[in-house]
Amino acid sequence: MQAITAKNLTKTYMLGGVAHNSLRDLITGFFGPRGPVDPMKEIRALDDISFTVNEGETLGIIGRNGAGKSTLLKVLSRITKPSSGSAIIRGRVGSLLEVGTGFHNELSGRENIYLNGAILGMKHAEIERKFDEIVAFSEIERFLDTPVKHYSSGMYMRLAFSVAAHLEPEVLIVDEVLAVGDVGFQKKCLGKMREVGEKGRTVIFVSHDMNAITRLCNRVIWLKDGRIRCDGEARTVVGEYLHEQSSVSSARRWDTDAAPGNEFARLCGVRVCDESGATISTADIRLPVGVEIEYEVFRGGKVMIPNLHFFNETGTCIFVTHDWYSGWRDKPRSAGRYKSMVWVPGNFLAEGSVYVGAALTTYMPFMLHFVEWEAVTFNVMDTIEGDSARGDYAGELPGVVRPVLEWSTDVLGK
Amino acid sequence: MAVNLRELWAYRELLYFLTWRDVKIRYKQTVVGVAWAILQPVVTTAIFTLLFSTWARFETGDVPYPLFALSALIVWLFTHNAVTLASGSFVSNVNLVTKVYFPRIIVPLAATIAGLFDLIFSVIILIGLMLYYGIIPTANLLTAPLFIVLTLILAAALGTMLSALNVKFRDVKFALPFVLQVWMIASPVFYPASLTPAKWQLVFAINPLVGIIDGFRSSLFGTPFNWPVIGVSSLSIVVICILSIVVFKRMEDDFADII
Repeated sequence: MQAITAKNLTKTYMLGGVAHNSLRDLITGFFGPRGPVDPMKEIRALDDISFTVNEGETLGIIGRNGAGKSTLLKVLSRITKPSSGSAIIRGRVGSLLEVGTGFHNELSGRENIYLNGAILGMKHAEIERKFDEIVAFSEIERFLDTPVKHYSSGMYMRLAFSVAAHLEPEVLIVDEVLAVGDVGFQKKCLGKMREVGEKGRTVIFVSHDMNAITRLCNRVIWLKDGRIRCDGEARTVVGEYLHEQSSVSSARRWDTDAAPGNEFARLCGVRVCDESGATISTADIRLPVGVEIEYEVFRGGKVMIPNLHFFNETGTCIFVTHDWYSGWRDKPRSAGRYKSMVWVPGNFLAEGSVYVGAALTTYMPFMLHFVEWEAVTFNVMDTIEGDSARGDYAGELPGVVRPVLEWSTDVLGK
Repeated sequence: MAVNLRELWAYRELLYFLTWRDVKIRYKQTVVGVAWAILQPVVTTAIFTLLFSTWARFETGDVPYPLFALSALIVWLFTHNAVTLASGSFVSNVNLVTKVYFPRIIVPLAATIAGLFDLIFSVIILIGLMLYYGIIPTANLLTAPLFIVLTLILAAALGTMLSALNVKFRDVKFALPFVLQVWMIASPVFYPASLTPAKWQLVFAINPLVGIIDGFRSSLFGTPFNWPVIGVSSLSIVVICILSIVVFKRMEDDFADII
């Protein structure tokens, strides 16, 4: 059963010229010379988009700013009409394009719960029934009768989100609302959204947080310049998206004249691959990742040790690895091309982007032949199937590495 | 073309909550709160009485001038306040319009209906004044709600149309106070409708307030109804309603994009 059917959705905006903001503009525009509408001033926010969403599906929408994500949500929520094409949605739609829409500062927390609930489309009886739950979720019991203008921004957000989180539409449309609020509360909200998805409701979720997207969604649509660039399984699409976003890719080659290097050696290429040897930009957190470095030695006679430096997206160095143990530790290289490979075990790197720096070094006497700090990058993804370090926990999980460790528990008495 | 009444019905609770919010906020934000609803008609009535029954005398029959003025001011002040608030309602609710879907017409309707609360206070003052002057209502009084309902429809229609126009043409905000002022002078608020020459009365009644105010006075004070005048004014209200729906429908879809 399809919950959403979008057919050839197109939304154009006119920039300047056409929209009259005052009566004078209209009158002078009416009597004055009227040329044809400048086609350059027409912006296509959505350009012929078609897709369907099945009931119970959790669909993520990603893309850069200005790619049309917000416009798509607005069209699906019926806030704005498409210029052409149609979007049919079956079932009650709840859209959260903003947290706390319609909140009024002068009203108390209690009053705002009712008002905001009504604005989001809840029935009075429904709000009444969930009132206690909403208050408990928001953790603001003591300030329930205080006007929200006296709330801290954190309290305000918590209350606003609590109302939203208790909305139970058949189709839930959520914009980047999780970007606000403290981490603890965000976690709670993500959990709540997961619950909604698991109850068989259809969820459409826009976010820039790729980890949240892969955690929540089974399917992702990547919008680029108002068109669907990619539509498919969450991890694959996110991987491709991140791959295109970063200027460094997961496989690079350098030409002789542009390559990092000195008179002894130069870098030829670096590549990230999976166990089958295929180049990948996204790695399953549970599986080993191979990094291959190819280099050319011009002058023989020196011991040369390739080394790789792994950084996470915050710039923290996760670890450095040298080729000490493959037999080249004290064997001088002769001129020629070489390929060295290292395997990072599965269940070791944490989720997120990993940047790899590649270098070739002689240690006695010390000489750095080349170093390329952001040679390649790849993403580590956790699909949360229960057999990674996450287990069944879908929330925020800090840490630079994410090993699966052996635990034991003994019963000491009952 | 017709307003989607079924959808409007489905969203009736939102209409209730927005009205409730508008009322609540109005009285919360002001220092004297509810007193505004009482001060406005009382002070205006006092000024009109001073001006038009002492210096410039209008023939008001058996009806004491303060009562004569207040009966029209109830209608006029409600129309004035409701139209003013409703016309700015989209602009002051931008975040609702751009972030949530609901039948847009709810916004100006809520602002109009919220004005009814002020009307209740005015009516209480009117009843007090009628008791004070010992006016005994006749059977005509039964028609009084009709004229209140006509006023409500008129204000809602105008408010809705202006609220839509105001989204696109911000001139509305500046032109409205002036237009309202002219409208009051052109309406029999401080003078009797019978002041106009008989042959012009039906033309005069194109102004819907003429029929409403004249009819409301007849219902209160037991004077004979001038049905042709009331009829023309009612027709005028129907035309305004249709115009309002047409304008609103045409502009509604673009609200979120141009507001």
